[in-house]
Amino acid sequence: MPRLSYLKALGRAIGDEMERDPTVCMLGEDIGVGVANVTPGLLARFGPDRVVDTPISEQGFTSFATGAALAGLRPVIEYQIPSLLFLVFEQIANQAHKFSLMTGGQAKVPVTYIVPGSGSRTGWAGQHSDHPYSLFAHVGVKTVVPATPSDAYGLIVSAIRDDDPVVIFAPSGALGVREDVEYADLKPVPLGVGRVHREGTDVTVVAVGHLVQDALAIADELAGEISVEVFDPRTIYPFDWAGLAASIAKTGRLVVIDDSNRTCGIGAEILATAAEEMRLAAPPRRVTRPDGAVLPFALELDLACQPNRDQLVTVTREVFKSGR
Amino acid sequence: MAEVAAQLYRTVRLIRRFEERAIELVGLGEIVGGIHPYLGEEAIAAGVCAALRDDDFITSTHRGHGHVLAKGADPARMMAELAGRSTGLNQGRGGSMHAADFSLGILGANAIVGANGAIATGAAWAGRHTGTDRVAVSFFGDGAVSQGVLLESFNLASLWKVPVLFVCENNRWATTMPVERSVAGSITGRAAAFGIPAVSVDGMDAEAVFEAAQAAVTRGRAGEGPSFIECHTYRFDAHHTFEHKARLRYRSNEDVAQGRSRDPVEIQGGRIPPEVRSRIDEEIEHQLEEAVKFATSSPKPSPGDPLEFLYASGLRARTGVSNA
Repeated sequence: MPRLSYLKALGRAIGDEMERDPTVCMLGEDIGVGVANVTPGLLARFGPDRVVDTPISEQGFTSFATGAALAGLRPVIEYQIPSLLFLVFEQIANQAHKFSLMTGGQAKVPVTYIVPGSGSRTGWAGQHSDHPYSLFAHVGVKTVVPATPSDAYGLIVSAIRDDDPVVIFAPSGALGVREDVEYADLKPVPLGVGRVHREGTDVTVVAVGHLVQDALAIADELAGEISVEVFDPRTIYPFDWAGLAASIAKTGRLVVIDDSNRTCGIGAEILATAAEEMRLAAPPRRVTRPDGAVLPFALELDLACQPNRDQLVTVTREVFKSGR
Repeated sequence: MAEVAAQLYRTVRLIRRFEERAIELVGLGEIVGGIHPYLGEEAIAAGVCAALRDDDFITSTHRGHGHVLAKGADPARMMAELAGRSTGLNQGRGGSMHAADFSLGILGANAIVGANGAIATGAAWAGRHTGTDRVAVSFFGDGAVSQGVLLESFNLASLWKVPVLFVCENNRWATTMPVERSVAGSITGRAAAFGIPAVSVDGMDAEAVFEAAQAAVTRGRAGEGPSFIECHTYRFDAHHTFEHKARLRYRSNEDVAQGRSRDPVEIQGGRIPPEVRSRIDEEIEHQLEEAVKFATSSPKPSPGDPLEFLYASGLRARTGVSNA
């Protein structure tokens, strides 16, 4: 069985969709050569009219893609650096996202934005290490953070076929994940549907993106002591509230591990919704980046800002013991 | 040419009277939020859009009623949109600053200064990409030419020989900022720096604008790339109708008198026989009377579903109330 890497899954999904649908095209910096290692081979397969290397003009080519989408194409954009999303927030949140409503349903903007290597890339410091997926969820842009190669493949396919703008964060911490999979088994994964990676009965751990691997590891570590259910929302917005409710109905306890800054991160929303709408036997907890985190350069400082397994173990134990 | 002259007159006169009627409705409270009147600049929209086909694209601005009308939108549905009615072009979801009619290639007015250039460039690129000879026009004011994303779009358009026409309506005032205090270098110099042929024309003369636009459109359809037209004009009225109450003193009486001394409606009106002119005037009065009636008697949207159309895919957002 072939061993599919996360990065190869990204490239394969884009290539398969370009093959299937001639309106799909790709824009980004250095994508012809494939510096981010997502797009190698696409230029040779599809030519420079469909695989377009752009100048360093993120705001310009982001709205350019919006215009192309309004005229019937399905552009895919690659950003090399997660922090570039701050630069193009106006173009995505204030332009692409608003066209459908503002035009009374006349317009659709099917653009997919992919950030390979989001979050901390050890040693890349303050302006290359952000993970702003919660920001897009807040404004209502469809936001996806796949944890595994087959989910990355399936979610990208669905994003490209979706009629709305979709931002896909491919966490740096997940790019090394590999999975044994038959290519023929790769299929679209619907947006807004979570996945239970491991069933459990005591505590639901919601983990986002690369942190799913950490949640699975601590679930192993705690097995015999605590039965942990690992819930991966896969899509941050729209969130699979029904899937979460089903898990909490079993466990009654909730921990979230989320690589967002704490205030207004998706972890806060998950806790708030669970507290408002679901039956919890104990106060829910979250493990996040600190408030307002700017990732410092030195490795020890960078790591000190990221949620980690030790914190998750501690919090999961506390939630398991509390409220009884 | 006599037919063209009369047609251009009809358009400038329609825009003039539409704006005057809309200002009345602002005063009566039928249009909330006010408008940015296009009075004085009518010849530009009329001249440019006369050079376009129905399937060509335009992107417009906060001062956009003239562009939308000149491209052929129904004045009644346009007026209804300004009045926030469900019969409006955007079903009351866009209002004055976002009017759109995709069936006529009107990709919407845009309320962020300078934002539409990249969108028009992308739409024009997509038009060529799909094998058509459609062109796109981006309208913007002198205030936009110092916005980075617009300059980025000049670069992309020129690099990729995109059939887009950049039309700068230099009315000399960006809200209260005179052009001399906001533009270093020259406006056409910005386009020239990117290798885009740029001309300056008398923006009070619909026929002069039409001729320049025809040349640019011909160039675009022939695959020769973008063009830039700077139209010298003057904003006869307020930046926004709020000024009608809050008297702002930023233009001297002499400046206003000088600016208003050449009137695009009179200039074009003087080129057609008086009997033709008075017939057109009567027809427009009747048309706008009907438009106002249509707008003010149309139903308002039901507040029960304020976020209908938010997602082109039909996704519905959660309501703002828990468990609702």
